[in-house]
Amino acid sequence: MTAMPARADEIALYLKRRARWSPFEIAFWVFAFATIWLFPGKYLILKDTAILALFALSLDLILGYAGIISLGQAAFFGLAGYFSGLVAKYGIIDEPVIALVCSGLIAAALGFVTSFLVLRGSDLTRLMVTLGVSLMLGEVANRYSNITGGADGLQGVDIAPIFGLFRFDLYGHNGYVYCLVVLFICFVIARRIVYSPFGLSLRSIKGNMLRAAAIGIPVKWRLVSIYTISAGFAGIAGALLTQTTAFCSLDVFSLERSADLLLVLIIGGTGYLYGGLIGAVIYKFLQDWIANLTPQYWQFWIGLVLVVIVLVGRERMAGWIRAVRGAIARLGARRAPRSAALGGAPDSG
Amino acid sequence: MPILETVGLEKRFGGILASQDVNLAVERGARHALIGPNGAGKTTVINLLSGVLRPTAGRIVLEDRDITGLAPHERVRLGMARTFQINQLFLDLTPLESIGLVVSERLGSGADWWRLVGTKSSVTGEIVEIAERFRLGDVIHERTAILPYGKQRLLEIALAFACRPRVLLLDEPAAGVPEAERQDLLTTIEELPKDVTVLLIEHDMDLVFSFADRISVLVNGALFVDGAPEDVARDPRVKAVYLGEELDG
Repeated sequence: MTAMPARADEIALYLKRRARWSPFEIAFWVFAFATIWLFPGKYLILKDTAILALFALSLDLILGYAGIISLGQAAFFGLAGYFSGLVAKYGIIDEPVIALVCSGLIAAALGFVTSFLVLRGSDLTRLMVTLGVSLMLGEVANRYSNITGGADGLQGVDIAPIFGLFRFDLYGHNGYVYCLVVLFICFVIARRIVYSPFGLSLRSIKGNMLRAAAIGIPVKWRLVSIYTISAGFAGIAGALLTQTTAFCSLDVFSLERSADLLLVLIIGGTGYLYGGLIGAVIYKFLQDWIANLTPQYWQFWIGLVLVVIVLVGRERMAGWIRAVRGAIARLGARRAPRSAALGGAPDSG
Repeated sequence: MPILETVGLEKRFGGILASQDVNLAVERGARHALIGPNGAGKTTVINLLSGVLRPTAGRIVLEDRDITGLAPHERVRLGMARTFQINQLFLDLTPLESIGLVVSERLGSGADWWRLVGTKSSVTGEIVEIAERFRLGDVIHERTAILPYGKQRLLEIALAFACRPRVLLLDEPAAGVPEAERQDLLTTIEELPKDVTVLLIEHDMDLVFSFADRISVLVNGALFVDGAPEDVARDPRVKAVYLGEELDG
């Protein structure tokens, strides 16, 4: 019994250590920011990748952590996209960062309202409900073309400099840095969420909803919360697109946009946050590369890659990644030997 | 004054009456067993008590409070937790995470989204205490999916216990546990604190008669006999419908 406080400390230490940034993560972000200097000619595709990554991160939060499948993330993306375009066009909110935050909040509000529709039913119901919501919004934007510009898109958007200092330049340098910084901040927030007790309770709901309720978790409110947060992230991604292109068109609401997101997560894997990011990089650059080789038929190759990925299985690929990470961890382990009990703990994340 | 009471509880699935006019009274601190032949509706009663199912008629009263209309998680907060006949565990989580989850939820920090898991010493201290009590200390970092069945069964009870219930509903805790791991389980159940009231559903008559101080017999969804273990064991009607073959055989 005297050993118990020591054991508790050991466990607290273990939990804290687990939430620490791993060398892999640090390397990932160092490289991500290094791209600003490494690939100056690629700002356009890099910027699109960063936006897609943030958008995919928003889906991973609900799909990978709470088990909510959705074909309607474009609803939040599009709503915030138009919102940020309109407030800039009519000079309602001039500063882009404030407009970005407001766009996120608007999208989150829509997420909160529609979350109650999504709570009910099975995966198939959720796919249809989320899809339906984004289709409806797309058609509303089409109907009110006097405000949205309809099929021509929202023209005449003039985005003010960020903080009044950094103008969106023609080369896309500032635009890319802006997107990357926003992506990083959102990622840190998402990371904090999934390592919190709230995040753990989401994983338990995904794992076994019946038991989650039986240990006192208010399942419904937890799902409403994460759906709202996810919608906010999707909205920020949408607003970034409008702000960096000074344009917004009806295809922000398209089914293809939501479907691409699922592809990205299938490529990158769900439930470890980097899936959306890595998936977005692979998807964008694969698309770019194949489109250069065969401009007309690039979707054939994307389709093929997808089939291979699904057949080979993400589990197996995650296994390869784990093996690499294990090797890195063993190299690091020589520096700080850990106790046997802790060292034997598998990585459940 | 019973701590848990049902009044005229009834559950109808279409034309089938799974529970009818169940008036069950569980006294504070009791070790109460609910037994009955297969299909007698024992699990239905647990599902009604825990809120997984809503009764078609009747009331459930926990400590003078009518909880008939409450959601499952609200009943847990009022002090009643349950286990499941078929394990309902979080297979991707470790016992450490699973128990930690329950403890933080009960201490009201389950919705914290900015604090990291494990930064509250009150939580980690209690996780260790519960893990030791349920003999899970040595597997606390293993994924639940790969634990031996006996350990999973212990975890099943540990999660309910971590809710610090005043009433604990155990649905066939010993079901399917291999002989080698059985003793740990039985000892752990016997060592549950005396101030926790236990309502036990069980097929295993050895466990029932060594553990229970009161037994209710359920037949065809209705309470058949209710009394002290000796009386129930002697009751000729019980022998006829249920115990006869088990006890004599």
